[in-house]
Amino acid sequence: MADWPRYRDDAAVNEPAVTLEAFLAQPEAVAVRIEPGADVRELVPHLARLKLVEIGFPTYRDGRGYSAARILREEGYQGELRAEGDVLLDQLAYMRRCGFDSFAPAATIDAGKAVAAIGRWPYHYQKAADGLKAGAAPPIWALRHG
Amino acid sequence: MYQYDEYDQKMVETRVAEFRDQVERRLSGDLTEDQFTPLRLMNGLYLQLHAYMLRVAVPYGTLSAAQMRMLAQIARKYDKGYGHFTTRQNIQYNWIQLKDAPDILADLATVEMHAIQTSGNCIRNISSDQFAGVAKDEVCDPRPYAELLRQWSSFHPEFSYLPRKFKFAVIASAEDRAAMRLHDIGIEMVRNDADELGAKFFAGGGMGRTPMIGPCVREFVPADALISYSEAILRVYNRYGRRDNKYKARIKILVHELGIEEFRRQVEAEFAHMHPLDLDPPRAELTRIQAFFAPPAYEPLPDGFDDSDPDFKLWADANLHPHKVPGYAAATISLKPVGGIPGDASAEQMDLIADLAARYSMDEVRVTHAQNLVLPNVRQADLYALWQELDAAGLAPANLDLASDIIACPGLDYCSLANARSIPIAQKLAQRLAPVERDLGELKIKISGCINACGHHHAGHIGILGVDRKGVENYQLLLGGSGAEDVSLAKITGPGFDENGIVDAVETVTNLYRKRREDGERFVDTYRRLGMDPFKEALYG
Repeated sequence: MADWPRYRDDAAVNEPAVTLEAFLAQPEAVAVRIEPGADVRELVPHLARLKLVEIGFPTYRDGRGYSAARILREEGYQGELRAEGDVLLDQLAYMRRCGFDSFAPAATIDAGKAVAAIGRWPYHYQKAADGLKAGAAPPIWALRHG
Repeated sequence: MYQYDEYDQKMVETRVAEFRDQVERRLSGDLTEDQFTPLRLMNGLYLQLHAYMLRVAVPYGTLSAAQMRMLAQIARKYDKGYGHFTTRQNIQYNWIQLKDAPDILADLATVEMHAIQTSGNCIRNISSDQFAGVAKDEVCDPRPYAELLRQWSSFHPEFSYLPRKFKFAVIASAEDRAAMRLHDIGIEMVRNDADELGAKFFAGGGMGRTPMIGPCVREFVPADALISYSEAILRVYNRYGRRDNKYKARIKILVHELGIEEFRRQVEAEFAHMHPLDLDPPRAELTRIQAFFAPPAYEPLPDGFDDSDPDFKLWADANLHPHKVPGYAAATISLKPVGGIPGDASAEQMDLIADLAARYSMDEVRVTHAQNLVLPNVRQADLYALWQELDAAGLAPANLDLASDIIACPGLDYCSLANARSIPIAQKLAQRLAPVERDLGELKIKISGCINACGHHHAGHIGILGVDRKGVENYQLLLGGSGAEDVSLAKITGPGFDENGIVDAVETVTNLYRKRREDGERFVDTYRRLGMDPFKEALYG
């Protein structure tokens, strides 16, 4: 993970990510793994103690994790949000915009290519999780109208 | 019409560069075909029976003359000299090589065009009314709203890996010329009691193997919340649409399984969460877009023109649509010559149409969901000269909404999904019915070569569905559908027919109509009054 792009300043969370069910049952747990189909809004009452949410992508074609990530950011989650599994080069930029700030791809991706792919788009047309933060790059409509 | 600014241009150019890189990685083996598939689909590139097919977006069906010339040039340079206009107002090229695709996208970008999200499990090209901006019956021009949606949906980070494809149609008149309620989201722009503009949202319509008419989700969404309401619907669908079975993955299944009340409850809850996030562009952005669609400089002209040439009169009676400005008309160029391929146009024809648009239609062409083209801004005084030029190029079939104006998918002649050919059936039917089509009146025949229903057979007054029966092409006959404001789904008559039998069968039901119709009834009206039984009796005895 050392050379892999991680878009956070804090130390990587090394606690094991437990299932949503286990997390909700263990008041001391700080890391949770979300499978496609789970309702991340169940985490909302527990955001303060969460340090890591790992969202699983068993196949890159399953896009539910993008909504899960963006919902968590909209609900104010500030901790690490990791995309794990079938995470491919061509999906990284969209994942980043949905609020993921670390990546654990099952198959190695060249770190340099990953950085280039994430930085490819100079603008975006719509707000996503990136639109929630002060100082974030505004969408094109905001650039047009100052 | 809309013109790109530096941002739009940069986004399209970035996409071209990204796709060029992806194609290189595919050709070098860095990307597997499985990994490459959704990437090429999101750039409109399908692998068909004989070659790649490239589907180019024509946002809300509006083209300039320069854009039409580019479409002709692409047909000549990269294809076999023609293109195929589709039921979603796009154009497809059927003989494309993968290595050329990035260059084609680069060529398109020079005229502010692209193939972004014309395929794949993402938000597709936004379709609209071909008479938008010139129709007498519209409450507003729907295209600025469609453009707002186009930009919002382009490269959407959350909604690019949906359970299945997702299609929007936006209209602004009570008469539905865009099959709006057969879309995943249908939007009708309306005015409320306070005379404010807003959007009536329908969701869960569609054709395919499980045809559904979209129910209304909300009667009135303020225009300023168009984007956030769309986001809410898409999020509910992305999270809860079925992913276990691709044939049950469209939003119509979710809406159907939840029921409209529960679906609406979930959408409204999501909307209550999302609307305060300031996702909607400001009114100034809508105003900026609307300025591009301001009415052109119409001259004060009287209504009326000389139609003493009987051949011209036939065309004028069939193919003109009233214009909101006196002295003008919207003229449909039928791409349905008897014996031709519905929706096909040669590069030479496209060049000519571009030229005619520049000279006679204030530089605009429209594509219709019925696979025809429209010159929306023709001075009535110019109609005869226009018709003469069209006629000389084989572009003046006088058959709009008549029996030979058939919608047909590419079918087994091109498509890897098809079970049966569509084009030859369309050709034979047109030949059979053209001699009596004026007597038959409005008759919408729609042919699909498989249950995916790209030829809209569910929405045909007469629908034909090609199936494979033990290795032999077989055609089912359906009656009573409509994609217009009287939307309805066609019903199957009974056992199918072979290639010649289906042509006879259509003639049988149209003959019954001619015997049993009452004053002013169209085929579909007579069918609705009589029901299926007499038609079955005539077909199967």
